[in-house]
Amino acid sequence: MTTEKILFEESLPGGGLWSWTLRRHTTLRLTDLHGGANVGLMAYNADRPLDRLNLPDTLKAQYTARLTRGHVLMSDMGHALLSITADTTGWHDPLGGHGHAALVKGKYGEATYQAVRNEWYRNAHDNFLIELGKQGLGKRDLVANVNFFSRLNVDAEGKMRFHAGNSKAGDVVDLRAEMNVLVVLNTCQHPLDPHPHYAPKPVLLTVRQTPQPGADDFCRNFRAENQRCFTLTERLFPGA
Amino acid sequence: MSTFLLTESPRDPAQAIYDFILPAGDGWMHEIQRGQTFRIVDLDGNQAVDTLFYSAQDFTDRYSAQDTIREQGGIYLTTGTRLISSEGHVLAEIVADTCGRHDTLGGACAAESNQVRYALDKRWMHSCRDTFMLAMARWGRGVTKCDLTHNINFFMNVPVTPDGKLSFADGVSGSGRYVELRAERDLVCLISNCPQLNNPCNAYNPTPVRLLIWA
Repeated sequence: MTTEKILFEESLPGGGLWSWTLRRHTTLRLTDLHGGANVGLMAYNADRPLDRLNLPDTLKAQYTARLTRGHVLMSDMGHALLSITADTTGWHDPLGGHGHAALVKGKYGEATYQAVRNEWYRNAHDNFLIELGKQGLGKRDLVANVNFFSRLNVDAEGKMRFHAGNSKAGDVVDLRAEMNVLVVLNTCQHPLDPHPHYAPKPVLLTVRQTPQPGADDFCRNFRAENQRCFTLTERLFPGA
Repeated sequence: MSTFLLTESPRDPAQAIYDFILPAGDGWMHEIQRGQTFRIVDLDGNQAVDTLFYSAQDFTDRYSAQDTIREQGGIYLTTGTRLISSEGHVLAEIVADTCGRHDTLGGACAAESNQVRYALDKRWMHSCRDTFMLAMARWGRGVTKCDLTHNINFFMNVPVTPDGKLSFADGVSGSGRYVELRAERDLVCLISNCPQLNNPCNAYNPTPVRLLIWA
């Protein structure tokens, strides 16, 4: 990381919202500043947003129900959006989705903007809609989201349970853009986080220029499926 | 191995107001009114039926796999499962199930994902998403690919292991098994009767299903 140029860096408070177009082969690092953060994230081909994150395709191609280093977030058109090139937690949740206003009100009570200004209780669904709207997208463009830094355990009966303590202060995950990628994210609590209070955690967002992945790239070679996904993605950039 | 709760239905197919055989590889897009009961019968066993639901009044209010599994606290669908929409509404409830487990993590096959999963030259093979695209084009009314979200795979078994692996297990369905849902809103249902030939989700033999609606 030290030899790679940091393009910019900003911190996002808990409950915050953000969207950005990552240029191809730049990398977004998410850093959990305090421990226990959650980053809900959706992703789109910035040049053609109908080409978008598809978690079922991502999971079945890589035979996984968790996400970590080596995995690639794939689009519904068979393209690589984001490769997970570094991960200090070992597990990010692709199952739990995100909460609405009713969930936040039911778990934590109500704190309106009128009453408490920017300390108000925000929810992931509304945050996604706000950032999608800025990009000309809307409700029809909502996809199943990843929850970075969070983990759910699934037992033999299929029951899901939130795994506390998955992410600690200083944990990081690196997401390398394999095309120009629109990311839409927020830092609301995981919808199954049993914490009794509204206490979403901040993250640091760092965008840096990274090398084009070579033939020996770890994510490209993680599985034969990933190699084919990279091949299809590179066809979008002939001669590049 | 977990235990399956099987629930039979008292409904008589002779009393149904709608009765249709959907061949493998075909699509079906149809309205189901609030209060009606809808049954899908796996006629020959181990067929995968890729299914989406929309609120008939508002297509942006649509089946959400993540909301559905989170609200019930488990990843498998069976009797008692309420299908939750992207807006948090109950679209339908499973009221009978003689299979015992249905998947909603595996999504639908597509020409492009078949290229990733199997080989680059698999693109020409028929797929669920192509079926969905054609059914939506015929339906019209402004429905497009962005209305295709993550579906239910009725009669498919996709377990998650404790260490977070996703497996595609042998089917738990069989000839004549069925699942039945009661519509809690006026719905539009979109089905692809899966044509996948590259993996055992259909036992490599896609077969017809029977669709019934009771008033």
